[in-house]
Amino acid sequence: MADHTRKVGIISCSGEAIPGGALSRVACRKVLDELRPDKSVTLCFPLFVAGGEEEQMFADMFPTITVDGCEKRCTAIGTARLSGTPAKTLIVTEILKERGIPLTSKLRNLGPEEKAAAQAVAEEIASVIDKILANG
Amino acid sequence: MSEQSGKVAVFACSGIGKPLGSVAREIGYELTERVRPGSTVLTCLALLVISDPEALKLLKENPVIAIDGCVLACALKCIDSHGAKVVRAYQAMDFFKRHSDLKPEGIAELNEAGRQLAALAADELAGVVDELLAGETKNG
Repeated sequence: MADHTRKVGIISCSGEAIPGGALSRVACRKVLDELRPDKSVTLCFPLFVAGGEEEQMFADMFPTITVDGCEKRCTAIGTARLSGTPAKTLIVTEILKERGIPLTSKLRNLGPEEKAAAQAVAEEIASVIDKILANG
Repeated sequence: MSEQSGKVAVFACSGIGKPLGSVAREIGYELTERVRPGSTVLTCLALLVISDPEALKLLKENPVIAIDGCVLACALKCIDSHGAKVVRAYQAMDFFKRHSDLKPEGIAELNEAGRQLAALAADELAGVVDELLAGETKNG
């Protein structure tokens, strides 16, 4: 079995119909590809429903961070229900509010403003990854 | 009358692991924003996972188009498991097979070929939307 002990799982809401979902998606990819490529792993959220036993054990195998786009918290609720309790739940709108960054309405073709917002969310996710790994 | 009644509900792959997942989402945007903006509505797939009442209502009362990225067909499986009324299912891979010169790349940001592929696919799905809505009127 692969050594999962030094990786943190990230699950993005990816909400197709909300701006926070688009930012969540881009931010999670940024963490996976650029900020913490050796310390993070992901699973597409709907795979909890569509996948098998292995997918549903995801949150048991990894300390998992959920990144929701809005206050409905689909990812946090769904992950807890179908896989396991997340180690940390994040909400894009709350992260932006704390940092004084406005949420724009774009769902795709993100511009500089949205990319800067996604970068802020990605940095928050990376920071949480570091804290989780530091605490063993 | 609900703002969403009489429309085709579109659910797309919400994956972040493959370019074809991004193509599936882009098809959903093209279909609902450019090709048939007045007669379609895009909804977050994740809402079904938490059994959101509004998303379930949409699913059960409207015809549905599911657009998946890969053969795992997460969108279709989610929709099927929640009792959709009428579903037409498509996979981005099948559109790519028909337009293999348009190779999609990128996940957070699709390349131009991926966006062109999505636009072509959405154009092809326009007739499906019309057919589904005609069926709704007929069965009315």
